[in-house]
Amino acid sequence: MVYKSIKTILALVFSTILLALSYNVIAQEGDTKTAESHVEEKKEGFNAKEVIFGHIMDAHEFHFFEYEGSDGQKHPITIPLPVVLYSQQKGLSFFMSSAFEHGHKEVNGYKLNEDGKVIPVQEGIKVYDFSLTRNVVQMILALAILVWLMISVAKSYTKGLGVTSAPKGKQNLVEVMVAFVRDEVAKPNLAHKANKYLPYLLTVFFFILINNIIGLIPGTANVTGNIAFTIVLGVISFVVIMFSSNSHYWGHIFNPPGVPGFVKPILVLVEFLSVFIKPFALIIRLFANMVAGHIIIICLISLIFIFAQINPAIGWGASPVSIAFTIFIYFIELLVAFLQAFIFTVLTAVFIGQAFEGEHAPGEPHDDAVIV
Amino acid sequence: MTVFLAAGALANAGGAVGAGLAAMGAGIGIGQIGKGAVEAIARQPEASNDIRANMILAAALVEGAALFAIIIGFLAMVL
Repeated sequence: MVYKSIKTILALVFSTILLALSYNVIAQEGDTKTAESHVEEKKEGFNAKEVIFGHIMDAHEFHFFEYEGSDGQKHPITIPLPVVLYSQQKGLSFFMSSAFEHGHKEVNGYKLNEDGKVIPVQEGIKVYDFSLTRNVVQMILALAILVWLMISVAKSYTKGLGVTSAPKGKQNLVEVMVAFVRDEVAKPNLAHKANKYLPYLLTVFFFILINNIIGLIPGTANVTGNIAFTIVLGVISFVVIMFSSNSHYWGHIFNPPGVPGFVKPILVLVEFLSVFIKPFALIIRLFANMVAGHIIIICLISLIFIFAQINPAIGWGASPVSIAFTIFIYFIELLVAFLQAFIFTVLTAVFIGQAFEGEHAPGEPHDDAVIV
Repeated sequence: MTVFLAAGALANAGGAVGAGLAAMGAGIGIGQIGKGAVEAIARQPEASNDIRANMILAAALVEGAALFAIIIGFLAMVL
């Protein structure tokens, strides 16, 4: 019985991934003109680089797939998003990105360049882009989910459910995660000040987690794999760490105890730089993990089409292997989604804890698990 | 005036080789962390929760370093 349901689930997952991730490969006859043959601007067929970058970069629409209609034209299936632009000359412009018709039309003196960014038709005009791109919309969606979940669970606790009795419904989900962050991340690293930093740690944990998980669904945006998003999170963590630092911390940086004199200048430099490098590592770690995961999944699926370009039979043959690997990597990416959210939170907590730990007798060891 | 024609291709190759070396380094590093953790759990199974938390923390730090190198490899290809 159990095996039957696993089989059904596998078949469902398999079919969904197959349906959602399929592209059309266009085969084109070679150029017969010899005298005035011009170089093709775009590589016809399957352009893996375009596919990969199209998936991991931001865009002005949610792109799901495209099919070839009866007239031989490609019809993309997308959800267009609002474009909000401001320039000195034209003022505020507001329109839906469907007006661009996938780069074929110009709107109000703006057009889409080949990377999908809005640029003015006239060169040299400074345009400020405040559009609701897919990253923004996905962040707002994650925010909405988070706010709804937390407020409704908090309300059920104030009504008395799950306080002295067993938790019910969504409380089960939220209580496990909040208790985990409080007991494994905040309390060991922040001791008596855990409750002060818990709102920030929980927010960062859940926001990264929800954006990671939504980003795994085909067709959604790659928010956490966007360097701008992780830079903002890293900078906010850096600000929190700086505001919780005390003189003892800075004393240890500029005057490390127990260090021979000739090494001190180097060590002071390294310690001072590490104040900035630690949040920088947080930024790069989250960004690189998420974008690498997305690129791996896209590459594995693209392998099918790359092989199919050489010979359709090899393409079909590569499909089961490719799809099997993709499903395997999807499970790893699910783990990485949780892991990276946890790691960002725990390292922020560790750095905050290091910043305000108080005096200790000389020779007494630091009491945190890992000294980073 | 000589032009180094293979510059673009060499940049790609260099980036890919660098990323591969970084992955190798990460594999060795995280493997040793795992070895230490598993041996520690074998010695004292009651501490397995604490050991697991520290193992994951240390593995994330090592992986962060490896991902730095992979990003640089990627930049070598793109820039």
